[in-house]
Amino acid sequence: MDFISILSIFVLACFVGYYVVWSVTPALHTPLMAVTNAISSVIVVGALIAAAAMGAVTAKWLGLLAVVLASVNIFGGFAVTARMLAMYKKKERR
Amino acid sequence: MHGAALPSWVALAYLLAGGCFILALRGLSSPESSRRGNRIGMAGMAIAVATTLLYYHPRPSGENPFKLLNMGTAAEILGAIAIGAAIGIVTARRIAMTAMPQLVAAFHSLVGMAAVLVAAAAYLNPDAFGIAVAGQIHQVSRIEMSLGAAIGAITFSGSVIAFLKLNGNMSGKPILLPARHVINLGTLAVILGLIAYFVTDQSAWVFFTLTALAFLIGFLLIIPIGGADMPVVVSMLNSYSGWAAAAMGFTLQNTAMIITGALVGSSGAILSYIMCRAMNRSFVSVIAGGFGGDAVAGGAAGAIDRPFKRGSAEDAAFLMSQAEQVIIVPGYGMAVAQAQHALREMADLLKKEGVSVKYAIHPVAGRMPGHMNVLLAEANVPYDEVFELEDINSEFARTDVAFVIGANDVTNPAAKTDKSSPIYGMPVLDVEKAKTVLFIKRSMGGAGYAGVDNELFYRDNTMMLLADAKKMVEEIVKALG
Repeated sequence: MDFISILSIFVLACFVGYYVVWSVTPALHTPLMAVTNAISSVIVVGALIAAAAMGAVTAKWLGLLAVVLASVNIFGGFAVTARMLAMYKKKERR
Repeated sequence: MHGAALPSWVALAYLLAGGCFILALRGLSSPESSRRGNRIGMAGMAIAVATTLLYYHPRPSGENPFKLLNMGTAAEILGAIAIGAAIGIVTARRIAMTAMPQLVAAFHSLVGMAAVLVAAAAYLNPDAFGIAVAGQIHQVSRIEMSLGAAIGAITFSGSVIAFLKLNGNMSGKPILLPARHVINLGTLAVILGLIAYFVTDQSAWVFFTLTALAFLIGFLLIIPIGGADMPVVVSMLNSYSGWAAAAMGFTLQNTAMIITGALVGSSGAILSYIMCRAMNRSFVSVIAGGFGGDAVAGGAAGAIDRPFKRGSAEDAAFLMSQAEQVIIVPGYGMAVAQAQHALREMADLLKKEGVSVKYAIHPVAGRMPGHMNVLLAEANVPYDEVFELEDINSEFARTDVAFVIGANDVTNPAAKTDKSSPIYGMPVLDVEKAKTVLFIKRSMGGAGYAGVDNELFYRDNTMMLLADAKKMVEEIVKALG
């Protein structure tokens, strides 16, 4: 992919982000932060590539360490978001 | 043109993961759809990770020797994931909801550090990432990876400071270095200069110096910011962690990372804007720092004794049980006093008496965006009884009792009338328009974080309930029961 195609995806995603985030209800802003935290750990992809690669030992260990950090975030972020969202309940109608 | 083209199925899988993340955020438009959204997000992450592991799996005649994954490596990677998962899940289960801002700050720092590590790994082994020819890293990739490393480093050290301030390990008071603006701008300029120089010279010292300086600037940027502004800082660092992921996405030409980075980046930016607007502060003035410590001692001007009405728990219970509608205005002080469960009990008793009970939330009622809503949800307050400032402000005039607990500045009418007040212009809840205002406060001394006296205390329709928030609510519950 050339740079311009990647840039196009990025710019369009910024627009999508802008509209999607404004439509998030303010009551869920804390879960929003927790879940954005979890998904930004998709950087684990880069960590996995580094950890799986041969050729440079240092790079491999840096990659493995990054896998640990990103995994804390992925599992922790999604779990804490799920825990919060489970608490939001509607009024019981009688 | 740079980088090795990915097979279509890999590229499509990453695109699918990116789409899942968009849907995860979309789900948060209402609590009902949010839980499914979160599951879609998890699925997206699983797709991204599985695709990466499969694509970098050993194949019979390795067309690319760097992409051979042997069983030992696979075990190491799975071990690393397992360690991270265990730490993450245990933390997520144990954390108190009041400590959510610290947790989020800590998580941000991990994303930042991971970005730095990935950038460093890409620098040390560019062939594995397909961003180099004969050891020469593509110039575009050099900019992308150095930006990723720099933003990641700022996110890391900034989040660590934010964590220490929020967790109370470090005073919330702003630490002001002399000539800090010159130091900060100078450091920033040097970082940008080094990134530019890195394009022409890929020596190790350039990459590592700029990363080290970025760690330093992240630290310098956050220490002058006061504890009261931490909601903005946490949102801002959220945004940075997104931009760091996006920069690394450019390096790896990975659509999942680019889409996610853009989403998270915009999300943090919007939340920072919302927080600034709620405090009537400009983003620049927050970043410049120096405002608001932990608790400013009441100024001499506010120390003059003024008459006020004092009430008891019984008075409060009587007034509320006779009311048609009660609006509860909770602030962070309520959470500190752990009064939310007693408060919900009180609301339940009132509802049994036929009183309509609503909650009014100011955007900065908690320590991070939406924090108060989570704290109320944890105390089993139904979310459809909880309203945002702009949705409920007009209702105070039609309300019999406004019950203010643990909030102060966000109810101060001076923000609307007194041009000399430090909080002038900040949107506030119009509690004084209610027939009666019940205001729980530990004592008459001391003021909110802005150090401003609240004229609401001395109004004819205000009754001060001077006690610990939790004790007072428990006594009201007793009086109602």
